[in-house]
Amino acid sequence: MSGFRVLQVGPVVSVQDMGRPGLLERGISQGGAADVLALAEGAALLRQDAGLAALEMGGLGGTFEATGAMRIALTGAPMLATLDGAALAWNASHLVAAGQKLVIGAARRGVYGYLHLGGGIETDRVLGSRAAHLMGGIGRATQAGDVLPAGPDTGHETGLGIGAEDRFSGGALRIVESFQTSLFPADVRERFGATAFTRGGRANRMGVEMVSDGAGFSAAGQLNILSEVIAPGDVQMTGDGKPFVLLRECQTTGGYPRIGTVLPCDLARVAQAGNGAALRFDWVSLQEGLEIQARYEAHVKSLPSRCASLVRDPADMADLLSYQLISGAVSAGADPFDIGENT
Amino acid sequence: MGKGGQLEFPVIRTVGLQGMLVTFADALSEPSNRATLAFQADVAMDGVVETSTSLASVFVRFDPGSVSHDQVRAQLQTLLAARDWYSAALPEGRRFWRVPTVYGTDLAPQLAEAADAAGMSEAQAIDSLGSARVRVLTIGFAASQPYLGTLGEEWDLPRQTALTPMVPSGALVQAIRQFVLFTAPAPTGWRHVGQTGMRLFRPEREDPFALRAGDEMIFEPVAREAFLRLRERDPDSGGAIMTEIAS
Repeated sequence: MSGFRVLQVGPVVSVQDMGRPGLLERGISQGGAADVLALAEGAALLRQDAGLAALEMGGLGGTFEATGAMRIALTGAPMLATLDGAALAWNASHLVAAGQKLVIGAARRGVYGYLHLGGGIETDRVLGSRAAHLMGGIGRATQAGDVLPAGPDTGHETGLGIGAEDRFSGGALRIVESFQTSLFPADVRERFGATAFTRGGRANRMGVEMVSDGAGFSAAGQLNILSEVIAPGDVQMTGDGKPFVLLRECQTTGGYPRIGTVLPCDLARVAQAGNGAALRFDWVSLQEGLEIQARYEAHVKSLPSRCASLVRDPADMADLLSYQLISGAVSAGADPFDIGENT
Repeated sequence: MGKGGQLEFPVIRTVGLQGMLVTFADALSEPSNRATLAFQADVAMDGVVETSTSLASVFVRFDPGSVSHDQVRAQLQTLLAARDWYSAALPEGRRFWRVPTVYGTDLAPQLAEAADAAGMSEAQAIDSLGSARVRVLTIGFAASQPYLGTLGEEWDLPRQTALTPMVPSGALVQAIRQFVLFTAPAPTGWRHVGQTGMRLFRPEREDPFALRAGDEMIFEPVAREAFLRLRERDPDSGGAIMTEIAS
């Protein structure tokens, strides 16, 4: 069977897919990939379903030996990758032969890189998903000696590239009001939107700490609020008024109040912000938020059509990893004969 | 809530972009918890992805691409008006659990601090906490993890301002007239007063979830040595005994 034997692996590597929606009332948040856009980009590059599982690599990848021939794709935070010593383009798909060694190094920007296999990683499902849910005690981090089996691959195309949206360096997070927003006085909410934050050291798949100078952000009666449901994207203030942006593997309920909710489409930007990256919060109305999210979902649907052949041999492109491939730009090299313009 | 203004319950509010919350009270009470459990059981409408309850609220997650905020709000309002939810009965098929628990010692190091905050000696605190029959008010925070209440007024202690960095699986923690029993090791703003041998989430089993909302529990004091023996003999539930509650 095709797949990878894990020879060496970073400490924050796990199999992830879209997670387990529907178990909120059992106390299990959806979980799944920290950067679901990277899952969709990998699926588009391999012309397969975005629900298939991939390997999520936090900060550092590993060394993997192919147990058979297969297709792979690399997405998310750009990392140094080589196949039997030859450099591989990121945001691209490649063919791997049995016995070849894939080495994935440290992230050059961002946090979470993804290794996709043609047919997906077909480990056992627990409660309907292959995703490790570390907070929920489901599955575990990937370890040396593990085998990542590939599912049946019906595709054959490789050598495709995709222009990935830059979400690896912090930036603006669009946030809407939620049911506890009014617990925070108006001047606190305003100051929150005007404050320059950096990503703090406390960050994992559950949430990311935001650090700023000056006073914390406190709600009235904040230590005695009834525990309420938590949605991914919620910005929770701990007892000392420090904001945490909660991600898809967050707890399902909590008592620390939430000032608002970051739009789902901006959560990858939170997860992928490296230590010390600059971030800020832009308040938007519910209507604006819905429109921004709808545009993002249309963009995700269009990903398969945004993949195009890498025209240069990736092995000759030592500098490829430094490229910012703007969406659509790779199609400049498309062969006009392929689209029938000469007939 | 506006400045000094009071909400009128039940109230419907948005949760981020894709959710709505129906809240029956801003403080924990028997009728509001029963209303919550009954209302959730009856929510069914187009576009709803999932629902869950917290202590006095029902959360409805929906897909704004297939149903609008206005439509969801209107349907929730209609359902709210359909009956008196506060007088609803508790769910059927509930169970009663007696759980051997070590209070204090190195296994639950914040008992003394909690007793002090409640104005009791440690022995009084163990008597009080160890004899309270509490109900699973909701499951939340982590897989199969119960919020349990309601304890007496003297246990209305605020959460800590700083987090306890890590409590182990099976930890009994206390704040705001409630217990939480931890599924998995986690940081918490509540105080670690007792330790049990309960494994609440068993993903290897066909039914991985030990508890259901509505179940009742007593955390009976046992000595540290006796607890360690029980946990060794019964690694899944640490000697806990379960009986059905006749409804």
